[in-house]
Amino acid sequence: MPHDPVTTTPYLPSGMPLPTPTPDPLDAGFWQGTKQHRLLVQRCQACGTFQFGPEWICHGCRSENLGWQGCSGRGKVYAFERVWHPVHPALKERGPYLIALVELPDAGNVRMVGNLLGDPHQEVKIGADVEVVWEDHEDVTLVQWRQV
Amino acid sequence: MTDYSIKDKVAIVGIGETRYYKAGQAPMSEFQLALEAIQKAVADAGLRIEDVDGFASYSDDRNDPVRLAGALGVPQIQFSNMHWGGGGGGMAGAVGNAAAAIVAGYAQCVVAYRALAQGQFGRFGQGHAGARVRGGAAYTVPYGLMSPAQMFAMRTQRFMYEHHIGQKALAGIALASYKHAQRNPRAVMYGRPLTREAYYNSRWIVEPFHLFDCCLENDGAAAVVLTTRERARDLPHKPVYLMAAAQGSGYRQWVTAHNDPDYATANFKTLAPRLFAMAGVTPQDVDVAQIYENFTGGVLMSIVEHGFCAAEEAEAFCGGGNLEWPEGKLPINTSGGNLAEAYMHGLELTLEGVRQLRGTSTCQVKDARICLVAAGPMVAPVSNLLLRN
Repeated sequence: MPHDPVTTTPYLPSGMPLPTPTPDPLDAGFWQGTKQHRLLVQRCQACGTFQFGPEWICHGCRSENLGWQGCSGRGKVYAFERVWHPVHPALKERGPYLIALVELPDAGNVRMVGNLLGDPHQEVKIGADVEVVWEDHEDVTLVQWRQV
Repeated sequence: MTDYSIKDKVAIVGIGETRYYKAGQAPMSEFQLALEAIQKAVADAGLRIEDVDGFASYSDDRNDPVRLAGALGVPQIQFSNMHWGGGGGGMAGAVGNAAAAIVAGYAQCVVAYRALAQGQFGRFGQGHAGARVRGGAAYTVPYGLMSPAQMFAMRTQRFMYEHHIGQKALAGIALASYKHAQRNPRAVMYGRPLTREAYYNSRWIVEPFHLFDCCLENDGAAAVVLTTRERARDLPHKPVYLMAAAQGSGYRQWVTAHNDPDYATANFKTLAPRLFAMAGVTPQDVDVAQIYENFTGGVLMSIVEHGFCAAEEAEAFCGGGNLEWPEGKLPINTSGGNLAEAYMHGLELTLEGVRQLRGTSTCQVKDARICLVAAGPMVAPVSNLLLRN
């Protein structure tokens, strides 16, 4: 299981909502993984289908036999947006920031939302290669991305 | 063979709306707005409140039928229906559900309505004020993805990328709505035209949406009255028949964290063919369209998915004046739409569709026979209608 040691200080200001430290059973495996710097995606043990966000049953074969599979942390930019208008009081002074929708080729092309680290005005092309960067908080770790 | 279809069996016979206020500025309660719009629609139909026997709404409207019926003195309720899910994407669904109730024999005279006074209850689309999020929200909100504009901009970016569509397409959509509002004294943006320069200079909300790519926020209410085609013949206005209605959602749309397998879509791909098949017409037969602008990007996708132009032609089609009355091939949002008339979660678009087919629009399409109404877009479920006179 690859452990990616790349970490970052928080991309967005403090005061932004964070994932609960007590996630529901459905999501717990994912957030335990991020704390350990492991990117886990749910995978059906019966038919091999990946799904994200996690579900209670496999959407492909409806098996309840689901597990978590680690993936490489390499992805491709599927879509992205540069946000200007602050949508939360904590963002009032932040200025523009980037949100990316990252596709994971080694996890059945599931997608994850994250920030694209670095200059908010950097050139971004759909299809660009990115890698995971861990953003550790006190009791939860977020999954961020940077171009490679 | 049984014909399981609402086609041509039901007509919209009355429309009513309040004045549209800026969000938070309605001088009466949301419930009073609902009462006003409903009474106006029933009066417009040439009917009485005593004739009403059903109600249909969408988007978790707060003004439930039992309360409304009690306040109005409706003799009895035979249909009380909420279109489930999709927010404003249920608008045409509520009208379609009203029609279905009539065809099913549940009720004869159904009011479809929407009343909204956000300031009294909290802003639509706003959530996640808490310090911690759970479930699906935990995969998006911490990264600063929490508003409708942001959710839809991501999808729009992908659509524009896949089909090589530039900003000009979005500008064309915004400019059309604003142009049409200038002839509609009831429109919130009446007297406030939008130039191409002002559109491009307006601040970014989230790329590719400028300020003017985003719908308004308003307090107000709107309502339509539907009844059987037989009854409609005796009423004062030219009946506007439902040729067809559809609602629904494609495969695994809106699963968590933007994992829809078919992502760059307004979610009309399964509805549009069903709608046209039920009506027995093609996109070429549509004279005018009312297409819900939560954001211009959704209108762009909806135009393509309803078959009005190919995706690869969409920038030229939308950006080149085709959406503008009177010269355009497909005038849209002819009273100003969600962008410039008022954001009544799109129900005002159905009212305008009715006006077009009655011949009373402020941007009247010559010889208008068929009008498309599309609600959503880019949500799940979405809904649409084909209306004719």
